[in-house]
Formats: sequence, C-alpha cells, structure tokens
Amino acid sequence: MSARRGYEGVAVAVPVTVPYVRYSVRSAHWWLARALGEALKRSGLKKTDVDGLTVSSFTLAPDTAIGLTQHLGVSPRWLDHVPLGGASGVVALRRAARAVQAGDADIVACIAGDTNHVDSFRLTLANFSQFARDAVYPYGAGGPNASFAFLTAHYMRAYGATREDFGKLCVAQRANALKYPHALFKKPLALEEYLSARPIAEPLRLFDCVMPCAGAEAFLVLSEDRARTLNVPYARLLGAVERHNAFPSDPIQIRAGWALEREALYAQAGVGTGDIDFVETYDDYPVISMMQFEDLGFCGKGEGPAFVRANTFTHDGSFPHNTSGGQLSVGQAGAAGGFLGLVEALRQLTGEAGGRQVAGAKVGLASGFGMINFDRGLGSGAAILAAP
Amino acid sequence: MSTATLTKLVSDLAAGRVRIVDLTQTLSPEFPQISLPPEMGQCWPFRIEEVSRYDERGPAWYWNNFSCGEHTGTHFDAPIHWVSGKDLPGNAVDTIPPENFVGPACVLDCAKESAADPDFLLTVPWIKKWEKKHSRIPPRAWVLMRTDWSKRADPVEFQNYDDTGQHTPGPDVDTVKFLVAERDVLGFGTESIGTDAGQAYHLRPPYPCHYYMHGAGRYGLQCLTNLDRLPATGAVVFAAPLKIRNGSGSPLRVLALVPA
Amino acid sequence: MTQPLIRPKRKNPVLRTRLPTLPPGTRSRVALGLTAAAAEGRFALQVCRDCGAVQYPPREACQACLSVRLDWRAQDGAGALLADTVLHHSNDLFFRERLPWRLGLVRLDVGAAVVAHLHGDVPPAPARVRITARLDRAGQAVLVALPEKETPHMADDRQLREFTCDPKFRKILVTDGKTAVGQALVTALAAAGADLIWVGHTEPWKKFAGFDELAALPQVTLLPLDVTDSKSVREIAAEIGGKVDILVNTAEYHRTFGIGNRPGVETARAEMDVNYFGLLRLAQEFGPAMRSRGGDGQSSAVAWVNLLSIYALANFPLHGTFSASKAAAHSLAQCLRAELRPAGVRVVNVFPGPIDDEWNQLLLPPKVAPEALARAIVQALRDGIEDVYPGDVAQEWLERWRENPKALERELSA
Repeated sequence: MSARRGYEGVAVAVPVTVPYVRYSVRSAHWWLARALGEALKRSGLKKTDVDGLTVSSFTLAPDTAIGLTQHLGVSPRWLDHVPLGGASGVVALRRAARAVQAGDADIVACIAGDTNHVDSFRLTLANFSQFARDAVYPYGAGGPNASFAFLTAHYMRAYGATREDFGKLCVAQRANALKYPHALFKKPLALEEYLSARPIAEPLRLFDCVMPCAGAEAFLVLSEDRARTLNVPYARLLGAVERHNAFPSDPIQIRAGWALEREALYAQAGVGTGDIDFVETYDDYPVISMMQFEDLGFCGKGEGPAFVRANTFTHDGSFPHNTSGGQLSVGQAGAAGGFLGLVEALRQLTGEAGGRQVAGAKVGLASGFGMINFDRGLGSGAAILAAP
Repeated sequence: MSTATLTKLVSDLAAGRVRIVDLTQTLSPEFPQISLPPEMGQCWPFRIEEVSRYDERGPAWYWNNFSCGEHTGTHFDAPIHWVSGKDLPGNAVDTIPPENFVGPACVLDCAKESAADPDFLLTVPWIKKWEKKHSRIPPRAWVLMRTDWSKRADPVEFQNYDDTGQHTPGPDVDTVKFLVAERDVLGFGTESIGTDAGQAYHLRPPYPCHYYMHGAGRYGLQCLTNLDRLPATGAVVFAAPLKIRNGSGSPLRVLALVPA
Repeated sequence: MTQPLIRPKRKNPVLRTRLPTLPPGTRSRVALGLTAAAAEGRFALQVCRDCGAVQYPPREACQACLSVRLDWRAQDGAGALLADTVLHHSNDLFFRERLPWRLGLVRLDVGAAVVAHLHGDVPPAPARVRITARLDRAGQAVLVALPEKETPHMADDRQLREFTCDPKFRKILVTDGKTAVGQALVTALAAAGADLIWVGHTEPWKKFAGFDELAALPQVTLLPLDVTDSKSVREIAAEIGGKVDILVNTAEYHRTFGIGNRPGVETARAEMDVNYFGLLRLAQEFGPAMRSRGGDGQSSAVAWVNLLSIYALANFPLHGTFSASKAAAHSLAQCLRAELRPAGVRVVNVFPGPIDDEWNQLLLPPKVAPEALARAIVQALRDGIEDVYPGDVAQEWLERWRENPKALERELSA
C-alpha cells in the first residue's frame, strides 16, 4: 500500500447546529439553508467566499447536492454529495480536506440536515436499499431494529455484555445531554428506567433506539492560514480514515472498518489511544459504541463490557464519551447524526462546549458508522482533531 | 263476412267474451333443458347477460343479450328438425305457410294416467274413447296431450331422470300414425320436454312422434303449460315460431283463444 | 411447543371485519427469482457458475468473483441460527397487527447469512435450523427457519400459518362435485379438517354416481351451481359468498376434439363457456367478498384454486379446443391473481397432465388418479404453493416447455 499523505495545514472550524425539533413541516432544503446561513454568519464569510460544498441528507430527494446549488444560489467549483448516513461527517471531512490541500477549493462548507414529517422515517426506510427491501423489510421490523437486535443479542452471548453495560453508556450520555441546549431529551435517565423500558425488538428496548427528528449540522474546512486570517476558532485535522463493507465474510457483524484502519489513523495523526481526551462514537445503538471502543483500539475485541464496567463516560469521567449526549439523547436528525460527533468534537476543542467541557481537551476522536444495507452497517470512518 | 268475424273477435276480446290463455313457460336459465349424451352436440339452455341497467354501461336504459337453442323452453318443432322430414317442401320455420300457425286445438286430458305412471303412453283406444265423449278430432287441428306435467315446478321432477334415463309421458307408435293418417292433424303438443315419451328411445322406431309427425310435414310443440285452462275442444291456438332462416324450430309465445 | 389449532369461535356479526393488510411486497427483479421458486414450493438461491459461491440477498453479480453467470439452484436450507429476536414494535401495518413476531439470523451451511421468520419451535440461538422459502400474504417469497426435525402440530404455528392456505377449520366451495376429481377433492378436504364444504353441481335432475356418499359427509352441503349461468353464480354467491374462505373451481368441460374433426363451434364454445367464462363469472361474483375477508382472523378468505391443465401451457392438438380454453383460463387466472393479491388471497393454479377419467380414456398411462390430484391440491394449500404441476406427465411437459417450447410444440403434434 502506498504511503498516505497527512492533513497538514487543514483546519476545521465553525461548528453549527440548527436546533432540532421532533417534527417539521419544512423540507430538508430549509434545514440545509439554515445550516449554511448560520455558518456564514458565524464566520463573517460571504456566500461567494464558500467555493466548495458537501451535502448529506436522506430527505432531500428528489434533489441531490447539485439541485441544492441552484436552490441556495451558490456556484461552487468543488461539489460532493455524500449519502453515507452516519459515516457522512467523517467522509465529507476527508473529501473537503483533500480539496483544500490541492487547491481545488479554498473554503468548503460541509452541511448535513434532514426534515422529519410524521411519515419521513417510514418513507426513508422503505426506499433505503435494495437488499433491505428484498431481504429485511419483508420480515416486519420496518427498519434496522431487527438487524441490530440480532447483532446485540449475538454480541451479548459472545462477549458477556449485559443490558446493564449498555445502560451505563446510555445513562452517562443522558447526563451529558442535560448540559447540551440542543438535546431533545431534557430529563435524566436512570438505569432502572432504561432496563424496564418498553421492548422494541428483544433485547433492544426503547432507550436503545434513537429518536428521529429534524435538524442540521455543519462545519467549514479551510486552510489553517485562512482560518487565522478570518480569526475563527478552529481545530487541526490530524488524521482521518474510512473503510466500507469491511469483513464481508463475518457471518454476523462484530466489528467494522475501524479495525482495519485504526493503525493507519493513529500513525497519520501521530498519536496513540492514550493521547485521546474524548471520543464521540456513532451511537445508533449502544452496542455499536462498544464495538467502536474495541475497533478503535481502546480495548481488545470482546473486552468492551469490561472496558465499560471499568470506566465512567460523562464529560468529567474517566473516558469522556458522546459529550453532547450522542444521538441517543440528542435525537437523530437523519444524516446530521453523522455530523453530530464531529461538531461536538469541534466545540470541545475550540472551548465552546459550555457546561460539558472536557477539562484540558487537546485531542479528540470522532467516528462515524452507517448505512445498514442488509444485516450490518457498511460505512465506517474516524477522524482525529486537535486544538490548534 | 270476414270483416265482421274479425270485428266481432276484437270486440269479444275487449269485452272478455273471448279470453286469451297463455300456454307458454317463462324463459329463464332455470327452465330445464333437454340434454343429450355427452359425446353429442347439445342444445343451449336459456342464458341471459345484462348489457346495461341505467348505469355506466348505458345510463338511461336496461337491456340484455340472451342465448338459447332453437329447442329451448316452450318451443316449436319444424319438420326439418327430424331426418324423416329433411327433404319436404316448406319444412323450415321460415318456409312453413303462415296459415299453419293458427289452428283449432283438441286437449286430451291424461293427467290422472300420467300421475300414476310417468311412462304413460297415449294409445289409439284411449283417443277413440275421448272422441266418443267429445267429438272426432277435426282435420288440421293441434292435438295437445294434457298431463299437468307443467305443474312440476321442481326441475328434478320435471326432468324425472333415473339411471335408465328420462320418464315422461308421450304417444305410442300407433297413435302417431293414426293421428297423421286418420285425423290429418296439424301437429302434436305436450307439456313435458319432448313430444315423444322420455323412454321413446326404446320404441320402434325410436322417437315415433318426431319420426312420423315430421316425416309427414307436421309440427310439434313442447313445454306447454295451462292446458288445464282449455276446453277439450273449441280453443284456437296461435303458435308462430321465429322466422329463422332454415331454422328447425324456435322458442315462441303460444296463445289460445278460448270462449269465456 | 406449537399448540394444535383450535376451531375459532363463531364470528360476531356486529363487529367490523378487519380489512386485509400485506407485508412489504416490493422486490427487485432479481429477488423475484426467489418468488418464482417458492411459488412452486422450492427454496433456491443463486450460485455462481464460475466460482460456486452462493449469493444472498439476490444480486446481479457474484460477490466473490464478479461473474454475472449466476444460476438459481435448489437448496436444502441447512443452517445455524446465530441470533434471534422478538419484534414488539413495527411501523408496518401487517406486522403491527400480529406482534409479537419472532425473527432469526441464520447462517446457511453453504455460506450465506439470511434473515428469516422463526418458527415457534426453534430454540433460542445457537441452534440448528432448516430454512425453507414460502410465499407470504403479499405473494412474495420469504425465508422461514423451521426446526431441524418435524415437531408435533408444526403446521399450526401462528407465524407459519400466515404463509399457508391451510383448509383446517375453513369453509370451502368446490364448484363441481360431480366429477371424480371433484368428489376426491371434497373427501380430501374433509379429511384435512375443513369445517364446511359447499359442493356445486349442475343439472340436479341427473343424480350422479357418488352423490349419496358426498351428501352423507357431515361437512357437505350440496348446492345447484351452473357456471354457465350468471344468475346461478350470482345467487349462490349472494347466499354463501360472504363465508367462503377457499374457492376451488373444478368445473370443467372437456371434449376430445381439435379443429378438423368436429364441425361447428358449438363444442368449443361450451368448453370456453365453462372453462373460461365460468371462471370469469365466479371471479366477478365471489371475488369482492373474498377480497374483503383477506384479513378476517384465523379463518380468513385465503385461496382460490383453479383446476387448469398442463395443456394450458402448450396445446395438445388431440384435445385442441379444450387446450385453448384452458390456456384462456390460465391467462384469466393470472389476471385474477393480480386482483386478489392486494387482499392477501392466493390464486393457486393447478396444471395436471391427463386425469384418469372418461375423457382421457384413449390416452395411455401415466394418468393422474383423481385421488392423487386431490391430495396434491390439499398439500399445495397446506404449503402455500401457487403453481402446482401434479403427476409425472405434468412435470415432464413443464420441463420440456421451459427448456424449449418450440420443441414441445413439435413433439405434441407428432
């Protein structure tokens, strides 16, 4: 394999969240427009200064990124539509970083957003993928719940994880969320409530599943020089990886692409797991967060339960994790869920994390996961950012 | 003279001095239809399909298409129907002289005998006894065999099958020959499904009424009803089949004029 | 442990009848290969002709070597249950009405992993299972994981019954009970646990052989029914149509003529009037009520069986006009299938070879015995199969027709 280039000189700045709501009658275009507009406002840039754009959304159809350029009146010289769900954030960041390094674009806006009508979730799932339509939905789950129930049950049996272990992660995330103004969940979650909640698909219960909502997230990618000129707080991109459909011969998913790419990630970033001050995992279900701990090297495969029992995960715990609450406590605004972790990482590294600031945070890791095509998530990626 | 006759007829009808008796069964899909052994061609039963009924198929009208055989329901047999009459002149429903569609009727009441024996055969002695009581059968008259078979409303009883075939009354061989040769009848009519008896296959020749009547250019009527409302003599029957080119018969309306 | 089915309580006529819902029914074209096999009772998967890899979900190119030469091959379904779950929530109306619902993830011994409906007698993972393909209420193939060995009352599993058209405790109309096939079918359906069997017969004045035996069966009610008479069909439908769960159309007019050896069209018209128009009349009069009862509880309206003929696929010139009438009926039956599918009612088309009856007297064996045909139909209902080819002749003609229809045309006119 050829040597990879690093991300020298790439800055990530201007974390934007358009406040989430449970249901919205607006279309995805409205949410994405607000995200871009907010990014411009906070950075002081004009629309014409932004010459690169990535777009991620499930509910933008029939439009893609190109339709949005006319809708929003932008004329980028670099454009990418990134439909990778929870992996969209990391992948958009990787694409934008290379464009900026090559000079194909100077300032790239990476935006993600989705609306949520009462039937959005159902309609999105109905047309999600050919394999899901042919081989999953006929069996009744109406979404990925069954696939993740299988995964969770298998993981519990294979590695001894208990519902209490998953509950610990969820409870900690809720505590973090209470300090995040945009989180839709405002009440603390006790372990007992988590354990006795309404069953969805055994062993998953209500609080193992994200709540779909409407919202948008965004950030800008540009050169460090330009960020300093603009006087916007920024973080440096140390490393970023992606891998899709890793381990196709695993009969059931116990790991994803991070396991194949983590060495390259840490080598590229020039840091080790011990240097990471906080981790934002993609938490569509708590078992996946546990898999990310393993595959990103924080513990060995199958040691997730022990790792969870040995640590605390609030912003001030021994292993600060999903410090804004993760999707499980903030809500999942469609593809914006793939940006949530990166945007929170940015806030942590630029001192904008308010009451949930991880003390002395210098280096953070955000990972993405998504696109449950049939029986497993296909997309995965991770990025390491550092304070300047 | 004829004008006066006709005028009087019209006024007698209006005044009820002459009544009309309808000798016709209603055409409906339920009405029993003759059925032959399966390997032979079959005569269609009456079937009717709605075309429209004040609906999207025709907003202001109701009408049907129907189908049936020439020998369905109350029907007329022309001489061409049988092999013995196939070459006679004027032997199809469209070539029979129309005068032959009107004629006096003699009603032979065999109801009691038929009730006792569904295979009852009308014989010459029986007819002669009838003539003693009522009068000689005039020439060119319809001879109608009243059996009250039309009162059998259940199709199973009307058809009256068992595993030896059908059992319905009819004329025997000598009777038919006698009516043709000695009484010069217009034709023979019955209430059951054939002019011949149900077991006439076993007579010699088989189906003698068809064979000899049609062979002599005479006609048949079957599935008649209301014969019990006719006098033994004196009724005038109108039986005009549809004018089908080269037709062997047709369903028709059979009406009798009867003194009140 | 599957509980044996119990007779449902009498329907409360005051309550609203639940309308039919269907599981998700969209499939890609390549996935319909699974449906094509399940329609005949087979479980097949794509196997790469070049490297032998088994594919699932169905796809256009081999996931191992990218070859596009993928052939559907029968599978024995042996596999290992890796994980199982019970759904307590679904966005889908069909499943919502039937929760809780058991599902499993199974790794087939041949290599592919599949999501499957899980029979109640399969123990929790890990366990050995046997995967089979069935048609679901939407008429599409789904995979079902059954216990490795047969268990008592296995067919009565609540979930498995959603994929079958089991006659047990159902009310059935057999449109012509006069023929040997009709009578064998009535007997077989009674033995299969049907609650009530209406038996149609034409020309009630001609008592047919076997009439008394049929009438003596406690489930049987004989009804005059003539499929050539629209009024007869309409009146019987008005009387019993709202209760018919399974309609088996055995009415058939069969004569042994081609074109040149029977002058006139009368015989051929009679064949069309019974075999084709009879089906049309029955479908128009019985269809609407059956459609509305596709979701009506344990004894819902569930199947419409057409006794066609293998001659419907390729004309048998000795019985040429009969073949043509069966071909017409087949086409119409496909139309009926499309119209009944949205209600979850399965149209089952049966294509026997020559039946051992009077009209096939001059054909040499093998011929299908009426009892064998009846058994095949009852089994098809139990398995939820929709295209049935009973007997050796039907199987052979089907294979010849599929392999080279023009060759079969020549062979039949030799």
